[in-house]
Amino acid sequence: MSSRPPPRQMPRGAPERGWRLAGMAVALIVLAPILAIVAVASGAAEGVWPHLVAYVLPEAIRQTAILVAGVGILVVTMGTGLAWLVVAYDFPGRRLLEWALLLPLAMPTYIVAYAYLDILHPVGPVQSLLRAALGITSPRDLGFPDVRSMGGCILLLSFVLYPYVYASVRATFLVQAGGVVEASHSLGAGRFRTFLSIAVPLARPAIVAGTTLALLETLNDIGASEFLGVRTLTVSIYTTWINRGSLAGAAQIALFMLAVVMTLVVVERIARRHADYADAEPGRLKPKRLQGWAAVTATAMAALPVLVGFLIPVLHLCNEAYRRLRFAGFSHNLVDAIRNTASLAVVATVVTLVLATAIIVALRLAAQRGPREVRRVGMLARLASLGYAVPGTVLAIGLMVPLATIDNAIDAALRASLGLSTGLIFSGTVFALIYAYAMRFLALAIGGMEAGLAKMPLTLDDAARTLGAYSGGLIRRIHLPLLWPAMASAAILIFVDCMKELPATLLLRPLDFETLATQLYAEASRGTYEDGAVAALLIVLVGFLPVVGLARLSRHGFVRPRRSSSRRGSGTDSEIDGDLTAGPQPGF
Amino acid sequence: MSINRIVRIACLAGIAGFSAGVSPAALAAEEVTLYTTREPGLIKPLLDAFTEKSGVQVKTLFVKDGLAERVATEGANSPADVLMTVDFGNLIDLVDKGVVQPVKSDALNAAIPANLRDADGRWFALSTRARVLYASKDRTDLKSFTYEDLADPKWKGKVCIRAGQHPYNTALIANMIAKDGAAKTEEWLKGVKANLARKAGGGDRDVARDILGGICDVGLANSYYVGLMRSGAGGPDQVKWGEAINVILPTFEKGGTHVNVSGAAVAKNAPHAANAVKLLEFLVSDEAQELYAKANFEYPVKAGVKADPIIASFGELKIDPAELTAIGKNRKAASELADKVGFDN
Repeated sequence: MSSRPPPRQMPRGAPERGWRLAGMAVALIVLAPILAIVAVASGAAEGVWPHLVAYVLPEAIRQTAILVAGVGILVVTMGTGLAWLVVAYDFPGRRLLEWALLLPLAMPTYIVAYAYLDILHPVGPVQSLLRAALGITSPRDLGFPDVRSMGGCILLLSFVLYPYVYASVRATFLVQAGGVVEASHSLGAGRFRTFLSIAVPLARPAIVAGTTLALLETLNDIGASEFLGVRTLTVSIYTTWINRGSLAGAAQIALFMLAVVMTLVVVERIARRHADYADAEPGRLKPKRLQGWAAVTATAMAALPVLVGFLIPVLHLCNEAYRRLRFAGFSHNLVDAIRNTASLAVVATVVTLVLATAIIVALRLAAQRGPREVRRVGMLARLASLGYAVPGTVLAIGLMVPLATIDNAIDAALRASLGLSTGLIFSGTVFALIYAYAMRFLALAIGGMEAGLAKMPLTLDDAARTLGAYSGGLIRRIHLPLLWPAMASAAILIFVDCMKELPATLLLRPLDFETLATQLYAEASRGTYEDGAVAALLIVLVGFLPVVGLARLSRHGFVRPRRSSSRRGSGTDSEIDGDLTAGPQPGF
Repeated sequence: MSINRIVRIACLAGIAGFSAGVSPAALAAEEVTLYTTREPGLIKPLLDAFTEKSGVQVKTLFVKDGLAERVATEGANSPADVLMTVDFGNLIDLVDKGVVQPVKSDALNAAIPANLRDADGRWFALSTRARVLYASKDRTDLKSFTYEDLADPKWKGKVCIRAGQHPYNTALIANMIAKDGAAKTEEWLKGVKANLARKAGGGDRDVARDILGGICDVGLANSYYVGLMRSGAGGPDQVKWGEAINVILPTFEKGGTHVNVSGAAVAKNAPHAANAVKLLEFLVSDEAQELYAKANFEYPVKAGVKADPIIASFGELKIDPAELTAIGKNRKAASELADKVGFDN
């Protein structure tokens, strides 16, 4: 293509249309199961709603709101505060802690909940030690708060989910804070005031992006909330379905929840529409070195989340796993489970990225043609991101319907015409699992890549076109290489999420097929928690490696924009290289 | 490293992983496919014994919620032969959704008492478990107990129990509705709720752990957990939990002890229906029923097969006469009552 002479006009031909069709196809892939849920929801659910409205929803909405508000406040405070701490200050252990702060991402919420009940229970180590130290014999006299409570649930979820905010905000601070903060300093504002009045407003898109992900995880969480006794809407979906046998009613609650989420996301987007954040002066902030008590405090503050969200539960798991391994040895099932988990997560990640690429390219090509076109294709991107906002099991049921319909139709057609039976081709195979993961986590890929794309000025495309590259060549040679860091960090998040995914995996997987998460669940639901500890530890370990990768990526982000001070304002490469968007973004 | 190369390597790694997982050895001639909500660890010994005896290979899929939905959507091409669930409600759901077929088997009818199977052979109970009282060894001295006692204000702040919406509790509440009606059951639920020492939640074993930890004195939980804890199957910590409690078989004031079942049915579109029946018949053989008793600490359904000594030590089980189907019918009402009194809030 590059041999063709440069076009005089914007090409309006087939490639654009082709990409838009591809984008539509991807959106359709995600929408098919959601439409199936709508179909399920339209089934008869007599007598379900009066009961729900009278006795279930008020309390479920109240508890969900408290949980989401609590987790929201904590993850924003922790994520933003910690990001500022490691970017704006220098203190002992900073280089280690700034990536270690990402580690809780590797912890599934249900594992953290199990672990902390063990640790903080009256018969667990903490209370036993406290009683011994204080000379108290009865656990009741100690009055230690129970982790099985709203407060416990908020705290535990926050300590595991804050890295979503931390990662995206830190990425923003790293590349964008330098210039404005220096300006703020030169006008006499201190670091803390600068943080509140300059840095936080500047990072608002990143804060919103990270918080959205954390809160969607909170909303869809079933393991930790149910175990800790919090009755969220998602828990109500399950009881409506399982105990009252109304899948239609359950699907209706799920859609109601989806509608609320979409409304909030749209409201936020509208509120942000007229603000332009992209032009903040780029440049790296020089961290201020802390001394004495200030340094000790900073180190302690940055170490605490790593301890609570990662190190303590992991050490507990190690202890349990060690006891288990001494007792019964390493189970061969686990070897299979490790292989299944890792291969599945890798393939699903690649598929998700490929699908997201179609959307992203369509979006980029639309940008050449004005805001109306962008809005249209943007709709596709939003639709394709819906999967992240639906609880796993509901989504799995939505997925089973179209897959089985296709399978049975193929089978019936071939039986009629050729007299042979194909059985189930897609249902109950790895295909179904990969489909589920892709539609669930497409939001992460689209969001991450969209943010990366936004940093590339359209003039870049024009320049490339003048030089004869357009459509295919433009995408392959310009966009994708520049998007590579954003794709890589999205890939890592998707990989970790695939590995942790439980409800859809449990329902859709093939016969005799176990992943680490299903293995752990099987052991935990039998109550032989120590058996599950080995699987739990393996999930954390396999999830640990990509998180380290994410940390390495973002450290590169540190080094690259070194030329920015000399070329500020003129060059675009520093912005692109530097903003590795190591931070996660939802595609909403 | 270019994106292309990484993508290529990643794909190869993934494909290699899968192809290693799918071996051609799966082409055994005789097989049966089991969909189960029972934990694989619990039924594995039974299935291994079956394969050894019959030569039939068993493929399993362990699912929690949505087993019936999966079979139903798979439709005529579903590979499922046997569907196995814990909790009677889940079992009857399979019948209601029309995913099972009637089975005529003299062996099954002879081994399972009539009240523990469907007259038309659409479902069979394979083992039973009682909802029993765990009571602190140190702080209580109870000889007998009724479910109604749990609402007695003298237990205020001393009761632990899992969520009212958990199927085990829903079945118990449904049992009470079947006996005493909804109004009386609602009063009882309110009373129990007022006595709770902590939020209703967690698992059955947590009742024993919380009693050991001094959070509460009494609570309801399933019988087999006592065996799993005390035998050491759950690790050394759980032995301590199990030893901290006395176990009493409670009864309804006018009736017996509430039991639930684990059971199975043959799938409507079972490709290997004959093997499916063979598996069910094996599961009620003396050998398998002893495994249910010894490895899982459940009550065997077959007369003449003894419960494990740990379980037998609770005394003689007097099962409440309410029909399982009546309990199944009241399940929705029970779940709604639990919501109405805000049991889990």
